[in-house]
Amino acid sequence: MSAPNPLRDPQDRRLPRIAGPCGMVLFGVTGDLSRKKVMPAIYDLANRGLLPPGFSLVGFARRDWEDQDFAQIVHDAVKEHARTPFREEVWNQLSEGFRFVSGNFDDDDAFDQLRRTVEELDALRGTGGNMAFYLAIPPAFFGTVVGQLKEHGLADPGPEQWRRVVVEKPFGHDLESARELNETLAGVFPSGSVFRIDHYLGKETVQNILAMRFANNMFEPIWNANYVDHVQITMAEDIGIGGRAGYYDGIGAARDVIQNHLLQLMALVAMEEPVAFDAESLRLEKQKVLASAKLPPRLDTTTARGQYQAGWAGGQKVIGFTDEEGIAKDSATETFAAITVHVETRRWAGVPFYLRTGKRLGRRVTEVAVVFKRAPHLPFTQTATEDLTQNALVIRVQPDEGMTMRFGSKVPGTAMEIRDVNMDFAYGGSFTEASAEAYERLILDVLLGDPPLFPRHEEVELSWKLLDPVIEHWEKEGRPEPYESGTWGPASAEAMLARDGRTWRRP
Amino acid sequence: MIELTDTNSSQIAAEFVRARTRAGSPAMGMVMTLIIVAPEEDAEEAMFAAKRASREHPSRVLGVILGETRGTSRVSAQVGSGDGWGGETALIRLEGEVVEHAESVVLPLLLPDSPVAIWWPTTAPADPASDPLGALAQRRITDSASASRGKASAMVNQCRAYAPGNTDLSWTRLTPWRALLAAALDQHPLEVTGAKVTAERVSPSADLLVAWLSDRLGVEVARGHSDGPGITEVSMETEEGPIRISRADGRLATFSSPHRPNRPVALKRREIPALLAEELRRLDEDDVYAATAKHLVEMEDAG
Repeated sequence: MSAPNPLRDPQDRRLPRIAGPCGMVLFGVTGDLSRKKVMPAIYDLANRGLLPPGFSLVGFARRDWEDQDFAQIVHDAVKEHARTPFREEVWNQLSEGFRFVSGNFDDDDAFDQLRRTVEELDALRGTGGNMAFYLAIPPAFFGTVVGQLKEHGLADPGPEQWRRVVVEKPFGHDLESARELNETLAGVFPSGSVFRIDHYLGKETVQNILAMRFANNMFEPIWNANYVDHVQITMAEDIGIGGRAGYYDGIGAARDVIQNHLLQLMALVAMEEPVAFDAESLRLEKQKVLASAKLPPRLDTTTARGQYQAGWAGGQKVIGFTDEEGIAKDSATETFAAITVHVETRRWAGVPFYLRTGKRLGRRVTEVAVVFKRAPHLPFTQTATEDLTQNALVIRVQPDEGMTMRFGSKVPGTAMEIRDVNMDFAYGGSFTEASAEAYERLILDVLLGDPPLFPRHEEVELSWKLLDPVIEHWEKEGRPEPYESGTWGPASAEAMLARDGRTWRRP
Repeated sequence: MIELTDTNSSQIAAEFVRARTRAGSPAMGMVMTLIIVAPEEDAEEAMFAAKRASREHPSRVLGVILGETRGTSRVSAQVGSGDGWGGETALIRLEGEVVEHAESVVLPLLLPDSPVAIWWPTTAPADPASDPLGALAQRRITDSASASRGKASAMVNQCRAYAPGNTDLSWTRLTPWRALLAAALDQHPLEVTGAKVTAERVSPSADLLVAWLSDRLGVEVARGHSDGPGITEVSMETEEGPIRISRADGRLATFSSPHRPNRPVALKRREIPALLAEELRRLDEDDVYAATAKHLVEMEDAG
C-alpha cells in the first residue's frame, strides 16, 4: 500500500466519498428499472458531485441505435424521474460519456464492439479499466451475458482494476434455481464482485433500524420474547400488476417480495448486535437469523394466500387479476401472501413473525410493527382500559418514513379512561432532494466497492430454503382464495392470526 | 403567521403551542433550535434560506432583528408553523434597551434539551463565542464572504477568534473542492511538491483552501489572482506532472492529471440553503476547520 492520502482525515466527515475512475455498462436500457431508477440515480449522483470525473455509461440492447439515440432515452428518463433539478452543464459533461452498443446477447461481434468501447473509454475518458455491469434484464439471460463477458475478456480486470456485476431480484425462483444462478455468476465473477440489489436495504429507515436498535439503550432491553408478543411485517401495494404480467404470472407475491424484502427486514429486526458495522459482520448476523428461522409444522393454518378480484380501490373501478392482460383465466398465481415464521433463538422463542404482502390492498405502505405484550397487571377497572390494546413500535419504511410508538394514555376528563395514542417521528430529510434515494446510495456503493447493504448468496439461499416448503404446499392446494380489491386481503389471512388470538394492524 | 406586538418570550412560546394545535400535529420531530441574527434588510432572505434548510433539519427557527438601542424597549414577533417550514418559526424584532439583552428573549424559547445553532448571515460579532447570543449555541456559523465591512480581513479575524463550535460558510463552500482534491490524490498517490490556488482577489474561501492545503501537504501554497467567480483553479505539482482542477464559469470544471485525459466535472457554486443544511448536519466541533483556522493565523502572522 502506498502512503496515506494527506488530504484525507478520518475527522473530516464533510468530505463525501467519491467513486474512483470508472464506468458502467447497462444491459436492458429500455426497461422500467433502467428508466425509472438507474438512469435518474446516475444523473442525481453526478449532480451531487459524487461520480468520478469522466464517468461513462454504455448502453447495450438489441436496438438499432446511435449513441445520441441512447442519450435521448437517458435524457427523457432523467427529466421525468430525477430528484435533483436538471442542470444543463451537468447533463453535458455526463452525456459526453454515453455510448451505445447494439446487439443480441449471443452476438459475438457486439461483445467485441463492447470491449472496444470500454477500451476506448479508458483512453478517452480515463475510466481506468474499472467497469460495473448492470444486468437490468430477466435472469434467464444472466448466464448468456456473463458468459459473453468472460469470453470477450470483459470480466477480467487488469492489475489494480475492478470489474463488478450488479443484479436485481428475482434471485432465482426456488433454492435450486438460486444456486444455479449463483453458480453462473460465481463462475465468472468472484463473490465479492457480485452485487445483488435489494433497494429496500438502501432506504434510510431500514438503515435506521440498526441505529435505533444498537445506538440506543431504551429499546434493546425490551427487544426480546419477554416483552415482545409478535412482529408484523407488511409490504402492501395499492396497484395491481400493471404491465408486468409476463414477469408476475407464475412468480407471485411470496417469491416477488417475501423471499427478499420481507425476510431481509425480518433479519435486521431480529438479528443480534454485529461485531462491527461492516459487510462481513452484518452478513454473519443476518445469516444466523435466516438459518434459525423455521416454519410452523402446519402450513395450512399458518399461511394465507389470495388473488385480487375486480372491485373498487381508492375510488377507482379496477379489474381482477385473472382479467389482467396476459394472465390466464385459471392462473393460480397468488397476489397476496402471508406466512408465519419462528426465529428459534433464545431471544425470540415463542414470538411469531407474521409476514404479509399483496397487491391491490388498502393503501401503499411498508412497515415493521413490533407489538408488545400487555402490561401484566392493570390497577385500573376493566371499563377504564377497554380501549387500551397492546403497545407497539412501528418502523414506517415507506411512504412517510419514520417511526410510530403506540401506548396508552389517559383521555382528558374527570373519568379515568385509558386509550391508545400514537407518537410519530418523521424523517424531515426524507422528502428533500438533499437525501439520496435508495438507488443512488446503492449504485454509489457498487462503484466504491462497499458491500454492507447487499445481500450475499448465502442469505439468498437460506431465504429460499425457508420459503420453498410454503410454495410447494400452496401448489398442492389449487387456486388462491379471492379477495376484493382495495381491502386488506383474504379472510384466511385474518383467520391465520385469529387462531393465535391476534389481529393484523391496519397499517 | 400571527403578529404579536409589544410581546414577550412567554407569549411567543404560547403562540408556538397554539400554532401547533391549529396545525393538528401536537408533536413534531424538531431536532434543534436555529437562531438567525440579521439586520432588517437581510432578514427576509436569511429566513428563506432557513426555511429551505429546515426541510432537512426540522427546527425551531428564531430570527432575531436587532434594532436601535435607544428609546423604550419593544419586542414584536411574527409566529408561525407549517407553510413550507419543517418546523416552527418566529421572527422577533427588538428595539430599545432590550436589544442589549437579546439573550433574555431567546433563552426561554430554546427547545428543551436539544442542540442550538446560531447563524449570522452577514456581519458577525468579532468573537462569536463570547457574544451573549452566540454563547447560547454550540454551533456558531459566520459568513466572512458576506461581511458588510472589512471583507478582506474578516476571515482571518474569525480564525483568530476561533472557539470550538465556530464555523464559517466560506469553509462550507470548499467541501466540493476539497472532496475532488482528496479524490485526486486517492487516484494518484503521489507526493505533492507545491500547490497554487487561483481566485478572486478577495476570497475567504481561497485563503482557507491555501491554509488547508499547506497544513495537510506541508508545502508552500501560492495564491494567484483572477476575475473569479470564486475560486477558478487549484493545482498540485507532483513528480509526474501537475494535477489541476480549473473552473472558469463557477459551474463546470476540468480535471487534468498525469497520464490521464482531461475530464469535465460538475462543480457548481452552491446556494446558501444548501450550505446551511450541510453546516447543520453535524453539530460537534469541526477539527479540520480548527486546524485550518489555526494554520491560517500562523501564516498571516509569519507574513
